[in-house]
Amino acid sequence: MYSHGSESLIKQAREIQESELQKFYSRLVKQLQVKELGHETVDSLQRLHLILSATKYTRTLPSELQKRLSSLLSSPSEQLQVLSSAVLRETLPLSGQELNYNQDNISQLNSHAAALLLSQTGSRADLSSLCAQLLRSLESRPSEGPSHSLTHTLPILNTILTHSPECLTEDHMTLLSKKLVDWLRYASITQGGGASSGGFFTGPRSRQPVPIAELDGTVSGDFFTVLCVGQGFTEDQWMNVYSFSMLRHWLLTYHSVSNGNTAVDSANRLQLSLSLSHSHSFSNDDRSEVDGSVVSMVSATSSSSRLLPPKERLREKAFQYCQRLIEQSDRKAHKRTDTELQKACLVEAVCILDCVCVEDTSLVYRAFPCIKALFGRLSSDLSFARVMLPLAQFYLNHGEMAAVDCECVWKLVIGRFPAELFNDPFLAHELLRFLRLNLESLQLRVPQYTRSFPNLLKLLAWDSPAVVDDFVDLLPSLVTAGTAVELLHTLLDLPCLSATLVLQLRSTCLPISEPGGRGLLSLDAFRSPSYRGLFLFLLRGEAGSGDTIDRLSTLHELLAEAADWPRVIQCSQTVPVLLHIFFNKVIMVADKKLLAHLILVQLERSSLLLNIPNYIKEIHRVFSCHLLRLCELHPSLVVDQSHELLEFAGTTANVYSKEEIYTHVVWVLGEYLSVSCDSRCSVKLITSCFEALEAVLFEITSSAPPPGAGHPAPRVVTTLMSALAKLASRSHDLIPRVSLFLSKLRTVARGGSVAWCSNEEDLVAIVTRGEELWSLLKAPGVAQSVLTPPLHVTTPQWHRDTNVAMPLRLRALTSLTHSQ
Amino acid sequence: MVRCFLIHTVCPVSALGSGESRVLYSRVFGPDEGVLSAQQRELNPEERRLLQEEKLAVVARQVRSAVSLTREASGRLLVETVPGEEALALQEADSGVVRLRAGDPFSEEMSALWLGVQSLGFALVCEPHENLLLAEVTLRNLTRHCLEHLHMLGQGSEVLLKSNRIDVLLSRLLPHGQLLFLNHRFAQSLEKEVAVYMAK
Repeated sequence: MYSHGSESLIKQAREIQESELQKFYSRLVKQLQVKELGHETVDSLQRLHLILSATKYTRTLPSELQKRLSSLLSSPSEQLQVLSSAVLRETLPLSGQELNYNQDNISQLNSHAAALLLSQTGSRADLSSLCAQLLRSLESRPSEGPSHSLTHTLPILNTILTHSPECLTEDHMTLLSKKLVDWLRYASITQGGGASSGGFFTGPRSRQPVPIAELDGTVSGDFFTVLCVGQGFTEDQWMNVYSFSMLRHWLLTYHSVSNGNTAVDSANRLQLSLSLSHSHSFSNDDRSEVDGSVVSMVSATSSSSRLLPPKERLREKAFQYCQRLIEQSDRKAHKRTDTELQKACLVEAVCILDCVCVEDTSLVYRAFPCIKALFGRLSSDLSFARVMLPLAQFYLNHGEMAAVDCECVWKLVIGRFPAELFNDPFLAHELLRFLRLNLESLQLRVPQYTRSFPNLLKLLAWDSPAVVDDFVDLLPSLVTAGTAVELLHTLLDLPCLSATLVLQLRSTCLPISEPGGRGLLSLDAFRSPSYRGLFLFLLRGEAGSGDTIDRLSTLHELLAEAADWPRVIQCSQTVPVLLHIFFNKVIMVADKKLLAHLILVQLERSSLLLNIPNYIKEIHRVFSCHLLRLCELHPSLVVDQSHELLEFAGTTANVYSKEEIYTHVVWVLGEYLSVSCDSRCSVKLITSCFEALEAVLFEITSSAPPPGAGHPAPRVVTTLMSALAKLASRSHDLIPRVSLFLSKLRTVARGGSVAWCSNEEDLVAIVTRGEELWSLLKAPGVAQSVLTPPLHVTTPQWHRDTNVAMPLRLRALTSLTHSQ
Repeated sequence: MVRCFLIHTVCPVSALGSGESRVLYSRVFGPDEGVLSAQQRELNPEERRLLQEEKLAVVARQVRSAVSLTREASGRLLVETVPGEEALALQEADSGVVRLRAGDPFSEEMSALWLGVQSLGFALVCEPHENLLLAEVTLRNLTRHCLEHLHMLGQGSEVLLKSNRIDVLLSRLLPHGQLLFLNHRFAQSLEKEVAVYMAK
């Protein structure tokens, strides 16, 4: 598809020499001077466009050329209009020119010239004047003219509204509201376009007006909508399509503009209209229509709305239009593209109904029967899942007011959809967006939200790169004290979930006995009844049935071959980030007991992870970081969990297999196992900790590492030494033991290389540290104040309290020691 | 509204670094968002254009990355199609949507819907509250027309040399970035106009 030819064309266009370019320009000017422009000119224009657009740096055209191109904008040939517009868009407007094109006859401004105007607007004032002129042309348009002369007006207006909603005055809004009502509700209901399909056989019979039809072929019995078809279309029917296409945006903008002309940017516009729904207080008196049946002839039941002001009238007509669309979408369309359109119309109709109900809450009672019926019709059909989301939004916004039970909606949206449709990227995107936008509301009104993370995380497990961004935003809301432990386990096993989802899909696609092929072992395991429980746990929909499973190691073994599946690897790469977010949030909601439990989970899971390259290392790194933070926040946790921490630190194998975590565990033991952190810390505890660490240090520095393991990292050795020194400084009986070890170490190292350290520099660093500690320990009192500083030193107030200022003390010490 | 439509490479290009993408066609709708924002008002038109091109390059890179990650994860083999098999190419295409956070690169959050057809990506950047179902349908339609009218499954460079055809296609099916609710009859009528233009 993308060929060398294309690449070289682009290269040529970028690297064209200035002289050659100027020659090209003058040649083109000459070509444009001719009356009849031929194919050669068109080709040259196209080439000029390529030259200009191939580079991100702007090239300026000679003014003669630019003027000639501008005049082409109003050429009768569309090709020249298109080309000149495209070329001029790639360059800068001539100074002083700006919006001078066709200002007098803006109604004859073709779509391509208008596009250029839009792209060159320099300010809001430009947009305002363009806007005013367009509306003027709408008001007083000539009856003749090409059939599409007006149709680009609405899209341009919509663009202007997107960027600068204040361009419209009250009068403008009234005018456009009236026009929209006409086009939406009162477009012709007979088929048009007889003129273009003329033919030889136009007789009196063919001039009979034929009524429009529905998508299933039946004759239409009501007003024209986008879901009506005919052989040809009249102009107002075209405008019906364009009007509906911009209707939602108009209603949203127009709501914010009418609320004091604040320039609310488009991304927040919907949110603004949604949040307004919460600020109303409702009365539940008028519920007469809540259980009414769906009306089929919408227009028959509409009240005489001619007396309403334009805005309200448009709202009413929009309401009717949407109800008709919902009804029309139930018909079986002949063409597949029309079926797709029906779905899109349903989404739009529900969104518009939501919007108008926000503006006028009395419409909620009229809307709900229709909405409920629609929900009932579609809820069992997963192919309509994307229509469910706007329905869910409607329920969320207005359900409370209409006292409608929304349980079934949430069961679908956070239950079935993530569980069964996790591999639909568009649904995932929209579902997660829905959750993000309505987070506060959901946390209030949908109690099962925080328990639904096993389901929601399926979306992440399947397509991590696409949705990890959304989960960065959503995860904090899913962290609660009640489910934190289970959530942690679930996050750690996300790659397993990813593999399981792959197996689940493969299992449904592939026949029972497939010879050879990828994933055979794990697929067999997935299908085997003895392991079913493991996989079913991973695939559970709700939290609360247990933190994790006992046979995790079995599961990891079964899924071992999944460790190199790209999907699983992509998933594993997002877990560290999510863990950071988890821990950051959990410290805000957890009490000490929970935090202690989390430390235990970290220690336990550090060896219970799916063996994906780099995954285990990354998780260990995250664990280490947060272990440190937790202990820093609550130092007494170390004494609390001393038993488990000591067990971990006393296991020599951990030095080699979990170096990062081991280092940090030893560090926190050394740092926080003291009376000043927790009064329960006894001499006995300190001694037993000392002995455990001492044993490990002896072991790793007395012989070569076990086969298969590398040398212990220097940092582990120094951390162990420092921890021992710290502990000894708190229980002075232990000092001789440390000093003995450190001096022995110095002696051994002087003798040359050692079996447990291959790098000479590292050895030197270790020995240096050893010497520092040894000399420090010679003065136990000093050692104590340096290695176990009292609180007022570790939470310094240097500039506030001169008496405890460390620099002062050091200066005093120095002057004392140097006096000799 | 749709902010822009892009056609760009999703295959490795020798002249570019890995992960980079060559933009073959880009069309931004509406006024430059920089013009109306306070911070970017100090830029002159040249700088604004440069900024816009850079933003499009960012979108292309993000989509390229999304396409290759999706293809990697699905493990499906790329089916090579030849001119004439446009419908098949479209059926086999990967699709998805990228969330572009506010500021990265547009000042507001955007959703970039994409289709990956062999070595090229077709992306539609819309405001996220837009009707994405309609946007998806529109994107597929546009892609099909581009593949057909510009013979993109072949080795030609019409996407570069006949970009005016894409402009006209967009002016009918996505005028000024407006997504349209077109049933098959309306669509047929517009496509007829487009076909007449293409025949020139």
